[in-house]
Amino acid sequence: MRSRSVLTGVLLGAGSVAGTLVFRRRLARRQERVDVYFGDGSMVSLAKPGEAEPLLRRARQILDLAG
Amino acid sequence: MDAAPALERLREISSQVRAAVIFERGGTVVGSTLDDEERAKQVAAEAEALLNDAEQRRRADGEAEFAQLDVALRDGSVFVVRDGERLIVATTAPEPTVGLVFYDLKSTLRELETKPKPTPRKRAPAKRKAPARATQAKKPDAKS
Repeated sequence: MRSRSVLTGVLLGAGSVAGTLVFRRRLARRQERVDVYFGDGSMVSLAKPGEAEPLLRRARQILDLAG
Repeated sequence: MDAAPALERLREISSQVRAAVIFERGGTVVGSTLDDEERAKQVAAEAEALLNDAEQRRRADGEAEFAQLDVALRDGSVFVVRDGERLIVATTAPEPTVGLVFYDLKSTLRELETKPKPTPRKRAPAKRKAPARATQAKKPDAKS
């Protein structure tokens, strides 16, 4: 009886950890960001609000115009 | 090559692309999936401004030219891809398959570069020799 409740507890704990990970991953993916790629293969990723904001604003304008 | 067939093909192969405008630096619109020409011009102008902003973000030691960018927003994504002097800006739904969209946009620009093959001139059909007719001399009817 006791081993059953331990197993249930472990399963619940593992499930909640997995759920949190999936949620955080999805949240991170939904974050607004700008990725710029250059000819030499280098890439600059801008995600901080201060540095990305002017580009995000222009992109929003493009989305609005394009419908 | 005319941009319309290339854009038509882009729409066929990429279900993720909502709208696309092909343009050159300086704002010359080469082709667009948008019905409104004025809006296509505005999109091209905004994309060029976005490109200029992005180019300023390259590393201080970086000499490399801009190749492509994507901006992920909550309402969708914006892509700008460059091939030589031509650029394409496209919008998609949120969370697109980034690599696939870049590939499709690059292919569209490259398709524009390839010159259409000259259509082969129609040759007059070769005259076939008429099969030699067996000339049968009418045999005089024995009865007549």
